[in-house]
Amino acid sequence: MKDTFISEKKGHMTLFEAHKGGEYTIRGLYVEEAVTRRLQALGLNEGTTVTVLNRKRQGALIIQVRGTRLALGRHLSSNIEVKEKEQGVCQ
Amino acid sequence: MKKSIHVACVGNPNCGKTTLFNALTGSRLKVANWPGVTVEKIEGKTEYEGMELTLVDTPGIYSLTCYTIEEKVTRSCVMDDDIDVIINIVDASSLERNLYLTLQLLELGKPVVLALNMMDIVKERGWEIDMHRLPEMLGDIPVVPVSAAKRTGLDILLHAVVHHYEEGMDQLVLTYPEEIEDKIAKLEVMMQAHYPAHSSVRWHAVKLLEDDEEVREEHPIQTANIVERSYEKEIIQCKYSYIEKIVHEVVFHKNKKAASTDKADRLLTHEWLGIPAFLLIMCFVFFLTFFVGDFLKGYFEIGLSWFSDQIMNVLTAMHVADWMKSLVVDGIIAGVGGILTFIPNIFILFLALAILEDSGYMARVAYVMDSVMGRVGLSGKAFLPMILGFGCTVPAIMATRALETEHDRRKTMLITPFMSCSARLPIYVLFSGMFFGRYAGLAAFSMYLIGMVIAIITALIVNRLEKGRKNDSLLIELPEYKRPNPRTIRIYVWNKLKDYLSKAGTTIFIASIIIWFILNFGMHGMVEDASESFGAGVGRLLVPVLAPAGLGMWQIAVALISGISAKEVVVTSFSVLFGVTNASSAAGMETIIANVRAVNPSFGALNAFCMMLFCLLYVPCIATVATIKKESGSWKFTAGMIAFQIGLAWLVSTAVYQAGSLFL
Repeated sequence: MKDTFISEKKGHMTLFEAHKGGEYTIRGLYVEEAVTRRLQALGLNEGTTVTVLNRKRQGALIIQVRGTRLALGRHLSSNIEVKEKEQGVCQ
Repeated sequence: MKKSIHVACVGNPNCGKTTLFNALTGSRLKVANWPGVTVEKIEGKTEYEGMELTLVDTPGIYSLTCYTIEEKVTRSCVMDDDIDVIINIVDASSLERNLYLTLQLLELGKPVVLALNMMDIVKERGWEIDMHRLPEMLGDIPVVPVSAAKRTGLDILLHAVVHHYEEGMDQLVLTYPEEIEDKIAKLEVMMQAHYPAHSSVRWHAVKLLEDDEEVREEHPIQTANIVERSYEKEIIQCKYSYIEKIVHEVVFHKNKKAASTDKADRLLTHEWLGIPAFLLIMCFVFFLTFFVGDFLKGYFEIGLSWFSDQIMNVLTAMHVADWMKSLVVDGIIAGVGGILTFIPNIFILFLALAILEDSGYMARVAYVMDSVMGRVGLSGKAFLPMILGFGCTVPAIMATRALETEHDRRKTMLITPFMSCSARLPIYVLFSGMFFGRYAGLAAFSMYLIGMVIAIITALIVNRLEKGRKNDSLLIELPEYKRPNPRTIRIYVWNKLKDYLSKAGTTIFIASIIIWFILNFGMHGMVEDASESFGAGVGRLLVPVLAPAGLGMWQIAVALISGISAKEVVVTSFSVLFGVTNASSAAGMETIIANVRAVNPSFGALNAFCMMLFCLLYVPCIATVATIKKESGSWKFTAGMIAFQIGLAWLVSTAVYQAGSLFL
């Protein structure tokens, strides 16, 4: 299966770059199809808001989404495109 | 009206399905506070108002798709025509995620009863759930608040199940946008034409639009001009936006308390402190197992030697033949009884594991260890079977099912047996107790560390051979921390102890008799000197092979071979070989040392250490081999693994013995 991972493209923010405590809106999932389906079933869709509860420097993080906590590895975090939630964030 | 109905318990992982199932049926199945515990469907029975209910517990799933083993098992179970009612267990504290499965179940058209579990967490947080509006928005299905742990609401739930079954249901909850509904309608007509007997036509139509492979293959119809692409994304989003609406109308957040889980996680999943915290917890667990366990073991030993003396007296008074006395006292009591004295150690180990699992910490370990496991090409999730391996390798191998790919499963199966299981514990306690004096606890603990290091090195080498295949696709839900439930812990520990006891009563009992026989009989009938026995003959063949590892005694060869039936049998064989009733008592140990030294005067701490190493690394037991065969489905893989384990055990213990001999 050919995948264009977003980490290879420039100019897009991914969860990998997210800060602890920040709130983000998901813009797209760019992982293997089976994983995408699992993430969607868990409620990570375009437009879903996630909060980063904890993270490690190498990219694994814990997010809060739809009232539950999920731990994601680096491969996932660096291929989920997000934008910062518009809430007084200057940009 | 039929007098018996089939009910499926379905829900997300970790929502309390098995706890509820146990409460409803009086079963004692294992539960734990992390995903992937139930891997197969399990049936139990109960009765309510003259109706016989067969309940089916299913693996936890997030969605009715079929991408994981769990999903396949659960889906085929609920789709089964036998299932009359579905109990959908929902974690009320995370309604938003749990209702996604609910909406899919409702589409099936079978009667669904919603069991709202974990209401106490909802209350604790100061939330409220509108119990009138929730059923209204779910097509008026019964919604029953229950507490699986405290066993409340169970009668109401069963009443709802029986009643709802009689009423039946046929109500549309969720409608999709026009474009999709049009297609569903067309597909429904086609389905009905092709499969008139089919019961969940709408669900099938939706699944066809989601491009679900299994559905397409099971009920093939010409859909080319209707389903020109997958509508999965739209369908999922549509469901979730309806759920958002439900949650918005139904859940009231009166005051938001900072969840205690977040506070605990600040330390336990901290970037730097997470791993030290985990190691500290494991050290504490092993400290309790060895030190407190050994203290309690003393009492068991006194009891056993008393029992053995009594039996000897009775047998003597009855003028029983000498060979019979020998069989009972030196064979059976020595073999089985020696194993029973380790119950305190094993009890404490399982108690600690049960508390760790039930508190919700286990899933965090996957996150904490993800970076370490990532270096060897595995996801942090692969660490969970490894921890279970400290208890018993068999369920640990089965737990690899929670891993996503076959490749990861096999790799984890390869390294899991290096986690010292509870059956290896008696060997460590015995040999370190005999030869390491004050440092016995340390010597035993070192086996656990060495096992982990070897597991990691093995995974690292495999990873190198695969040219650094990356795997960091960890994806696991982290449950709320909770106070461990005494009932759950009791069931867990009792089940494990029962397994241990029944193993002592069956495998070890039989092995003791066989060992006694091959050691007391030779070519010319019963022998006085064990060195003329069958066992000695076989053992001697292996002496040259084991000699470089410092284990060149036929007695050790016999112990190691018999240890394949179950690892504890190594201890059993030593007791029988050296004629000790109670191998783990101080006197028993001295007798063994004296007898061992009579055969090999230089046998010391180094030899004992190599013996422990060999036992750590070689084939865990026949049950593990069978499980690996079953789970991998490959004889080639299984045989390769046995060869690898035996080869590694020999190499490592030989290397340590040869290197050690130079210095000591």
